[in-house]
Amino acid sequence: MAVIPKWTDQRVEQVVGNLLRTGVTISAAIVLIGASIYLTRHGMASADYRVFQGEPNDLRTVHGIIQRSIHLSGRGIIQLGLLLLIATPVARVAFAVYGFAAEGDRLYVGFTLIVLAVLLYSLVGGS
Amino acid sequence: MTILLFTILVAAGSFLAGLLGSLTGLGGGVVLVPLLTLFFKVDIRYAIGASLVSVIATSSGAAAAYVKEGFSNIRIGMFLEIATTIGALLGAFIATKVPTQAIAIIFGVVLVYSAYVSRKARPKSEWHNPPDPLATRLGMNGSFPTPEGLRYYNPVRVPTGFGLMFGAGTLSGLLGIGSGAVKVLAMDQAMKIPFKVSTTTSNFMIGVTAAASAGVYLNRGYIDPGLAMPVMLGVLGGSLLGTRILVKAETKVLRVVFSLVIVFLGLQMIYQGISGRI
Repeated sequence: MAVIPKWTDQRVEQVVGNLLRTGVTISAAIVLIGASIYLTRHGMASADYRVFQGEPNDLRTVHGIIQRSIHLSGRGIIQLGLLLLIATPVARVAFAVYGFAAEGDRLYVGFTLIVLAVLLYSLVGGS
Repeated sequence: MTILLFTILVAAGSFLAGLLGSLTGLGGGVVLVPLLTLFFKVDIRYAIGASLVSVIATSSGAAAAYVKEGFSNIRIGMFLEIATTIGALLGAFIATKVPTQAIAIIFGVVLVYSAYVSRKARPKSEWHNPPDPLATRLGMNGSFPTPEGLRYYNPVRVPTGFGLMFGAGTLSGLLGIGSGAVKVLAMDQAMKIPFKVSTTTSNFMIGVTAAASAGVYLNRGYIDPGLAMPVMLGVLGGSLLGTRILVKAETKVLRVVFSLVIVFLGLQMIYQGISGRI
């Protein structure tokens, strides 16, 4: 029988550190793909960020961003990469819930769930 | 200006900001928003959205390296994240209510202040405290490796630290910065946590805090893919390069120069905010 190493703070953090780095790498790659499509199609148009208009609705929601990415919209794919980047720390916190539970630390399972709830609220319903 | 040229210039500026921020330890986020608003004439709300995204990228990218050293304290970080994330939501909410001029002025004041804090000699903090009852109940007492073996520390004044962290989170959500300076102040000065533990734990918290406000910014349409793309890639590249050459470079002169740049940008932000040009 394989020996399953005990969950310690140190081990939880190492897994978390790798998780974060992987998340950043994948999201940067997706942003790069989106950027090449976006710049190929719109690179010669003129840039204007002086006037604030706000993004269209389908670049604001998870559903809209996925829809646009499926249609290979450059801006949609960039936004998908950014969404993944924002989700990376959320995944980190979700994993910490699991880590504290495995250590049997109920108090910190509770604290971590509060943080997770705040993060999910901001991503889904914060507007 | 074409989108292609704009993208290249913003990416180059962000790369430089990330490089300098990482070399000096002051963070690239603080100069990004002034760079985008003052030089590229980007609306400050778009600039803050893009900056938040880059803060998450650098914090998460650096975390893996920090974890190996065994300095960060995940319990202190997680407990204080309750304060920073709720603060970040509040900050993001305030950002949608106050005029952009006010944001610019607050931003300028924070810039000047953080440059001042980074120049000030840090008083040697005492961390040979007897265990604090609240911190002990919260399981915050810890240790970290030194050449002479493990050293133990006992955090104190948890409520003060928690309150300061709430403020740090609010600033982060309002201005799109990591507020690393306030976070380290809360942990290092108020809670008497050893500096190395404070800085690495703070780096861990910055990404989570920024994610809390980034969600709100995304929902409100303040994160523009065309702008956030070169900013995120540039800052990430610059800071990764910075951590590679950190050991070899002589950073003392660089810190002085970068602090002066920050003060200049801060004063500009205040001036432009007051004269209503932002």
